[in-house]
Amino acid sequence: MFKEFRTAIGMLLCVSLLTGVLYPLLITGLTQVLFPEQAKGSLIRDAQGQVRGSHLLGQSFTGAAWFHSRPSAVDFATLPSGASNLAPSNPELAVQVRQRISALAPDSEQPVPMALVTTSGSGVDPHLPVGAVLYQVHRVAQARQLSSEALMQLIEVHTERPFIGPAVVNVLALNQALQMIGVTRE
Amino acid sequence: MELEDYGLLLGFLACVLLPAPFLGRYMFRVMERQPLWLSSHLAPVERLGYRVLGVEAETEQSWRAYAKALLGFTLLNILVLFGVLVSQGHLPLNPQQVSGLEWTLALNTAVSFVTNTNWQAYSGEANLSYFSQMLGLTVQNFISPAIGIAVLAVLCRGLARKTTQALGNFWVDLWRVILYILLPACLLLAPVLVWLGVPQTLDSYATALTLQGQEQHIPLGPVASQVAIKQLGTNGGGFFGVNSAHPFENPSAWSNLLELAAILLIPAALVFTFGDYVRDRRQSWALLACMLVLFIASLGLTLYAEHRPNPALVGLPVEQTGSLEGKESRFGVTGSALWAVATTTASSGSVNAMHDSFSALGGLGLLVNMMLGEVIFGGVGAGLYGMLLCVMIAVFLAGLMIGRTPEYLGKKLEAVEIRWLVASLLVMPVGVLVFTALAVSLEGPASAISNPGPHGFSQILYAYTSATANNGSAFAGLSANTPFHNLLLALAMLLGRLGYILPVLAIAGSLGAKRCAPPDSNSRFPTHSPLFVVLLTLSILVVSGLTFLPALVLGPLAEHLISVG
Repeated sequence: MFKEFRTAIGMLLCVSLLTGVLYPLLITGLTQVLFPEQAKGSLIRDAQGQVRGSHLLGQSFTGAAWFHSRPSAVDFATLPSGASNLAPSNPELAVQVRQRISALAPDSEQPVPMALVTTSGSGVDPHLPVGAVLYQVHRVAQARQLSSEALMQLIEVHTERPFIGPAVVNVLALNQALQMIGVTRE
Repeated sequence: MELEDYGLLLGFLACVLLPAPFLGRYMFRVMERQPLWLSSHLAPVERLGYRVLGVEAETEQSWRAYAKALLGFTLLNILVLFGVLVSQGHLPLNPQQVSGLEWTLALNTAVSFVTNTNWQAYSGEANLSYFSQMLGLTVQNFISPAIGIAVLAVLCRGLARKTTQALGNFWVDLWRVILYILLPACLLLAPVLVWLGVPQTLDSYATALTLQGQEQHIPLGPVASQVAIKQLGTNGGGFFGVNSAHPFENPSAWSNLLELAAILLIPAALVFTFGDYVRDRRQSWALLACMLVLFIASLGLTLYAEHRPNPALVGLPVEQTGSLEGKESRFGVTGSALWAVATTTASSGSVNAMHDSFSALGGLGLLVNMMLGEVIFGGVGAGLYGMLLCVMIAVFLAGLMIGRTPEYLGKKLEAVEIRWLVASLLVMPVGVLVFTALAVSLEGPASAISNPGPHGFSQILYAYTSATANNGSAFAGLSANTPFHNLLLALAMLLGRLGYILPVLAIAGSLGAKRCAPPDSNSRFPTHSPLFVVLLTLSILVVSGLTFLPALVLGPLAEHLISVG
């Protein structure tokens, strides 16, 4: 009995040391050297060195002059992030979708892209499908007094097309590029 | 379905099935202590382990000794993890100054990770320290799948060996699985995940000023090392609350494919390990065929259901595509549905989309995957030993039909085996039906429901199915972090884990002690023929599936019928 107990404790200690300490530390050390950017959270800094976000975490954008992100059920909270978990049959879902449609396009005939009126799984989805970004071009172009063609070009540059997933645009990166254009104009 | 959707499906099947025969052979060699390329390098570490443990690597155990060691070790792990979780406020590596978990939540979490369920009633980024994540959860993420493979190896030995009590040594099996299978696989996967964008750091959280001038906290941590093992070990307990939907756990379509393949990689390969044990890979192909038939049927249903527009939104000026509520843009409908099917067939429980927001029929498919007892690939080790129990039931049925003593791979199935088989058959109905009935009939526990109508019932049904099947995914709107649910779900998880492991070990012990019937006896019902695959598939659906039909009618089927009106 005592011997079994000793073996069990020994096993837990060995595995803890190997997989709970050495393994994560080895991966941490290795990746801090190989891929330091990603390992530290793909942080975006401005010219002053201030952290402005992470390339991978969506941010809230409001107003006509920005491309809006995927709606978030938790208003882009990160500690913790979360989702609506609304069932498709929950009447609340249809109510929310209706509200988002009327906020986006009160009198448009053109159907609104699904991604712009439903909340994401993580609450911090950084991407939008290309169609949902193109849908916003007209509004942003007007607000910024830019040509739609210039915006379309910018979107094309920021479009990611994996062969195994939908074509998406990183909204944060796109808005950052938009901000740069604004800066150079001023 | 677009071209890239087919690309994903093909890429996924290729990544899972192509390496399986080779990885299966490799794992057989690990379990049978045959020389490996890795063992020429890691042998000193392996021997050092045995010295610390005080274990003779050559001494094998009977099934009772094996079970005793396993139970004792499981209990120790639960106690230690529980201790870590309640006292994390006083432990190091706690940059966010989180306090210890409330005791029922800590117990639920401890049982959850030790049983390979990884049900999460907490949110990692808000409730856990780096110490708890690394030395608590990551360690159990290695141990629990290793135990799954070890138990499977015992059953394989019981089938393959003749007239012996010796079925392997628990400590040696465990140590070798971790050293030669899980750790090397994680060392390969984790750096690739970091390359694709998953963070891996011990720095504290960052604070950002967003482009529009708001404050945003950026949660960080040793994420990649934990995501690698949670996928490969069919654990599923995410570093973050929203699991692999979080862009830091699963940043792109490519990481999605890799993590998807990692869920089923080892369970698929183990089918071939079994074939190597019984020296007949035709058996592997037959089991794989049955698993694939059920997998593809389930995938077809879920893809169909998720690509259909939500009837509740028809008529609104919105593009009538599949619903994206609770799904991430970079995965789309197909990437989310495929993941949901893979994770529920494989008892992984990691999610990249919120199952609560899946359509009624989509959710039904996920529930059925779990209710079948996680035998379609299933958890690492656990899936295949569950499947082998189903095979024995099918063989027993075939034996009844032709009026002979049922026999599997030359071993007669007699009263002892059948008794244990029936005991294992009771696990899912008790955990799912009895516990769900208890939870929905009490006012307090039932108030955890967040969606109205039949879907509310589905939320509780899903929770107890997931716990008993050791899956760990959830209809996450359910407020499960209450003392009642924490404790009853913990009980369901223990039942689902040990209620299979003990019968499997007992059956292995009984089979191992038997002689093997001569291979040329023509009375044998061939268990590698297409006919047997059909019989096996049907018996899984009938024996396991029909039990749950009434519950499914009350939940997802009713929801579907109401919504299409």
